[in-house]
Amino acid sequence: MIEVEGLSKRFGPILAVDDLTFSTPKGEVLGFLGPNGSGKSTTMKMITGYLTPTAGTVRVCGIDSRDKPIELRKRIGYLPEGAPLYADMTPRGFLRFVGQVHDFRGAALDDAVARAVEMTGLAPVTDQPIDTLSKGYKRRVGVAQALIHDPEVLILDEPTDGLDPNQKHEVRSLIRRMAPEKTIILSTHILEEVEALCTRTIIIAKGRIVASGTPEELESRSRYHNAVSLRLGDGIDPDAARQALAGLAGVAEVDSPAARRFVAFPRDGQPILDQVARLGRDQGWPMEEMVVERGRLDEVFRSITRPAA
Amino acid sequence: MRHVGTVFRRELAGYFATPVAYVFLVVFLALAGSLTFFMGDFFERGQADLQSFFTFHPWLYLFLIPAIAMRLWAEERKTGTIETLLTLPIGVAEAVIGKFLAAWCFTSIALALTFPLWITVNYLGDPDNGVILAGYLGSLLMAGALLAIGSCFSAVTKNQVIAFVLAAAVCVIFTLSGSPVVLNFFSGWLPGTVVDTVASFSFLTHFNAIVKGVIEARDVVFFVALAAVFLFANILVVDINKAE
Repeated sequence: MIEVEGLSKRFGPILAVDDLTFSTPKGEVLGFLGPNGSGKSTTMKMITGYLTPTAGTVRVCGIDSRDKPIELRKRIGYLPEGAPLYADMTPRGFLRFVGQVHDFRGAALDDAVARAVEMTGLAPVTDQPIDTLSKGYKRRVGVAQALIHDPEVLILDEPTDGLDPNQKHEVRSLIRRMAPEKTIILSTHILEEVEALCTRTIIIAKGRIVASGTPEELESRSRYHNAVSLRLGDGIDPDAARQALAGLAGVAEVDSPAARRFVAFPRDGQPILDQVARLGRDQGWPMEEMVVERGRLDEVFRSITRPAA
Repeated sequence: MRHVGTVFRRELAGYFATPVAYVFLVVFLALAGSLTFFMGDFFERGQADLQSFFTFHPWLYLFLIPAIAMRLWAEERKTGTIETLLTLPIGVAEAVIGKFLAAWCFTSIALALTFPLWITVNYLGDPDNGVILAGYLGSLLMAGALLAIGSCFSAVTKNQVIAFVLAAAVCVIFTLSGSPVVLNFFSGWLPGTVVDTVASFSFLTHFNAIVKGVIEARDVVFFVALAAVFLFANILVVDINKAE
């Protein structure tokens, strides 16, 4: 559905996007992850045809962005960063305008607007000026605008940025509902969002793809992948416990983030729960908590995007 | 060009969604009226025509038209809505022309609301209504050319004040190039053809010709061509500047 090949964008001396290549099939929710200024938004602007690439091609549903930019935009619903909207208009007026641009007329226009309003839960505010709406409603107007023509492809630039937890949850469940029959690219720097929504993630730093895979694959790169966290009860000897854990064959290293708390890191990411559990029983430790870590995406993110630090 | 109308309607409704439109209409009508009566000696002239009304239009437009045009693109760029607009299936040309036509239509509404003056002269005397119609047409054409200049400069910057000042400066140059001040300055030492060329770019020269009731092709073509050139430049500027 979306094919990006050798995409680059140069702003004067700055290479904002450097030779990106990836493709996304239908039904995929692709998450762009990266620090601010890493080129996520610029890439999205090039996919939507707003910016002209310095080099490379973008094809959406087989349409080249250079050949038929208008045709391409008909297939895409786009939520720009910060969801800029005409503040003087009402959501209804704005959605009708966008609908007309997408060639809806008469009853079809009414239906399209009603559908978008219903999907995004805008009904209570359709006739208030957008200016007066809360951030969450404004964002939903932006999302409604993006999906009014039921596009095959949705490009959402930081769809939940600046929303409160309830609003985030609403936007996420909306995205999840639409996911099966669309191709969605969303950018974020919220890691939990990637785990909650995306089927695949691309981590971008300095305009380049530095990692890609499912959230689980990325997590498995973490030092914490398959590590075991323990909290022991009163009356144990912390030093002895630490040494005993470190002595296990599968354990590479032991951390003690707090008194009576331990994290045993495995060698080569192999499961060590069994060994740790047996050790605990043998030593007769009073166990209060024992958790297998899946891996920490934030740690992977930091180590990939800031290798020096 | 199918969506020129869609953009046009949204834009025109936008003028009336805020107090901008009403403030502008009131100021325009108050100024146009008072200039006609107090500075134009409407009654003292003792003639049933609207010359004293139209004479002031170029000067009125010098600052009022850039004020209408300044928001056209600068505001879109400032608020970021330009990205929403231009990622819809709309061509840049459609957006530029739609916005321009909306501003032009708004100006013609303002102009049409001066109709009480027309009723007044018809009540007081027996004016040549053909000449008056030509005056309105000339005024509208000149407003169109000025709006195209203003729209183009509005796309140059995100800042509406800068857009206003730039547009006003260029409008002054175009208007004054036919005034005696400028022409006398040149006529002493430049050949007649050069002076004529400078004068031929003047809004005053072309406007005054039309207001006299003589609608000549070259005067109409001048305003239409100037508007076309600046709208074309406008399209290019929007296209180039949207990346920022």
